[in-house]
Amino acid sequence: MKILTTPRMERCIGCNSCSLACSRLVHKRLSWLAAGIRIMSTGGMSTGFEARACMACEPAPCAEACPTGAYSQRKGGGVIIKKNLCIRCGDCARACPVDAIYLDNTGQPYVCIHCGRCVPFCPHDCLEMTGVSKITSAEDSEAVMT
Amino acid sequence: MIRDHFRVLLVDLSVGKGKITTHPGRDKYIGGSGLAALLFQQYGHADRPWNDPDQPLIFAIGPLTGYFPLMSKTVCAFKSPYHDQYAESHAGGRSALSLRFANLDAIVITGRAAKPSCLAAGSHHLKVRDVHYLWGKSIKSTGKRLRHMFPGSGHRSILRIGPAGEIGSAMAGINVDTYRHFGRLGAGAVMGVKNLKGIVIEGDEMFDLPAGNAYQKVFEKIYNQLTTTGMMKKYHDLGTPVNLAVLNNLKALPCRNLQQTSDSQIGGISGETFAEKTLLRNQACSGCPIGCIHLGYVREKFHKDHRYYFFQVAYDYEPIFATGAMLSVTNASEVLGIIDKIEEMGLDVMSAGVALAWATEATEKGIISAKDTMESLKFGDAGAYKTAVGHLGHGANDFYRLLGMGTLKAAEHYGGSDYACVLGQEMAGYATGEVFYTAQALGFRHSHLDSGGYSYDQKHEEKDVQKAIDFLIADEQDRLLLTSMVSCLFAREVYSKAHLTECLNSVGYTGIAVNMESVKKQIQKERWQLRLATGFKPEKTAIPRRFAELTTWKGKTDVNYLNALIRAYAEKINGMG
Repeated sequence: MKILTTPRMERCIGCNSCSLACSRLVHKRLSWLAAGIRIMSTGGMSTGFEARACMACEPAPCAEACPTGAYSQRKGGGVIIKKNLCIRCGDCARACPVDAIYLDNTGQPYVCIHCGRCVPFCPHDCLEMTGVSKITSAEDSEAVMT
Repeated sequence: MIRDHFRVLLVDLSVGKGKITTHPGRDKYIGGSGLAALLFQQYGHADRPWNDPDQPLIFAIGPLTGYFPLMSKTVCAFKSPYHDQYAESHAGGRSALSLRFANLDAIVITGRAAKPSCLAAGSHHLKVRDVHYLWGKSIKSTGKRLRHMFPGSGHRSILRIGPAGEIGSAMAGINVDTYRHFGRLGAGAVMGVKNLKGIVIEGDEMFDLPAGNAYQKVFEKIYNQLTTTGMMKKYHDLGTPVNLAVLNNLKALPCRNLQQTSDSQIGGISGETFAEKTLLRNQACSGCPIGCIHLGYVREKFHKDHRYYFFQVAYDYEPIFATGAMLSVTNASEVLGIIDKIEEMGLDVMSAGVALAWATEATEKGIISAKDTMESLKFGDAGAYKTAVGHLGHGANDFYRLLGMGTLKAAEHYGGSDYACVLGQEMAGYATGEVFYTAQALGFRHSHLDSGGYSYDQKHEEKDVQKAIDFLIADEQDRLLLTSMVSCLFAREVYSKAHLTECLNSVGYTGIAVNMESVKKQIQKERWQLRLATGFKPEKTAIPRRFAELTTWKGKTDVNYLNALIRAYAEKINGMG
């Protein structure tokens, strides 16, 4: 089971192609927010960019916080979401320690499902689908162990 | 959001309130340049001066904004302080997608705020907030503070002006998201007279995609062409500064206030040198995977104990031409230092560089002195230019205030109009020949982007006036179509008419797709009508003597050919009125 990682964000140019691809291909929306990955500057345009995306926690705090069973643990990290069970309470977003879940104006959550469809749209290879056992960087190791 | 009308936010700063208005005419005006013309027709006042509070400041996007890559630009329209006529300036950054996701096709700002203010708008909020404490602050300082005062970090656009806009300089631009600009023709001064220090547009809405799978297929086709064919390599590799060496070799690079068309020291500021010695990283406008924004860095020592600070500066061909070649500053770091000062002031870099080049030659010729310039200006003296930029931005004395209204305005007062490098406004970096001089001097935006005159000069040896003018008119129409969608013009080879048709049809704008040929002519006509109604007299165009004296790879300027081109182009433009 692979997960989406963001190992080379220092290369990011802030084009939002990944967010737009996720929204377009996964959620069938035109948006740069309604996506499993969102790009922000790290404090103004002169500071580079960071990705807000699911760190594939196991156990996932968002799944534990979900009161209706809409969120369940995904094997290898992250969550599986059943939209029809979601009551849009927003507890998942509040439980996420890294602000990876976006709630739209109706309270519907958007979170990465680790499908990797955003990856080919990154022009600088910032993103990568990685097997959990192969993650070696300190940052991503921490993420998996959280 | 696909709709057959335009959804426009109309803000009156005098009362600090706004309202959403709807305007029919999508198939006729498309968006961007076309929509801006429509809105100026409705809200503009041709007979009143540019600084009348009721004059509108317009920001417009197009039907394809956000739906396709490189559809990432915004058109700003206003009555210009430079010539008191209708004008456009274009910029990217996050501005276009922020407007799209604010669920707006345009913002129209009228009135004057009682105090220096910032307008914040999104799909669900609108506020005009007192920011008097930011008045006088630089672009950088203003940006840092606005960032913390308004919501939407990461998915918003922050537009602001510097001191130059506050004093009403005709060379004041609007900074967009730190590294992009509505640079030319004084849009920053229009914000200044409205007491509008900043605009924060939050893109916080989302939309359903068009039904069916046609849109997804067309998107992937366009995206692949842009990212896998090498078509855009010139923009993301060395970027536009690659032109420094190319034009220098052609003897078509304006140097030393256009006293020369090449410089043996140009290697110090070539695209290759900037890339090897200063390039820190690249950046992109939202919705564009190319990343043509090149950020250079400068490290400066401020204390003998090895204490340094550094700053990042966006560079491109035009800023390097204006602050490097034109000023004979041939050190890349020094050029970045001058550009950085220009950014702080919120000046347009091309206008400021060319104006200071004229001031330097005027100093050499004894027409003006250090008493006027407050600094001894010498070609190659980057330190003096950095200080002079501050004076120009602040309007430090009568000389700089007049220079800020345009180089020719200063030349009319002090003399030296023969060598004021002005083609409608301060020239762009192409000494390529008669067709370009005509194209910029009479072009709608007085920009090298109005039409490909510089390219025509390089591809055509014959001196066929009719053929050249037909090219300028037709090329303007094609570019106008793109600036109505609103595409970045770097993508013009990808967005052919066939591809535009596919894109429009895939999202449901079939009415625009079938009428593009007639609509582009109509928009061109209406835009020129606005320009003429606000006072443009193309037949009065005079080209400074310096251009007649130039020698390029094609030889000396043919003055008869140049005059014939101007007469014929002026006639065509007047014919559209």
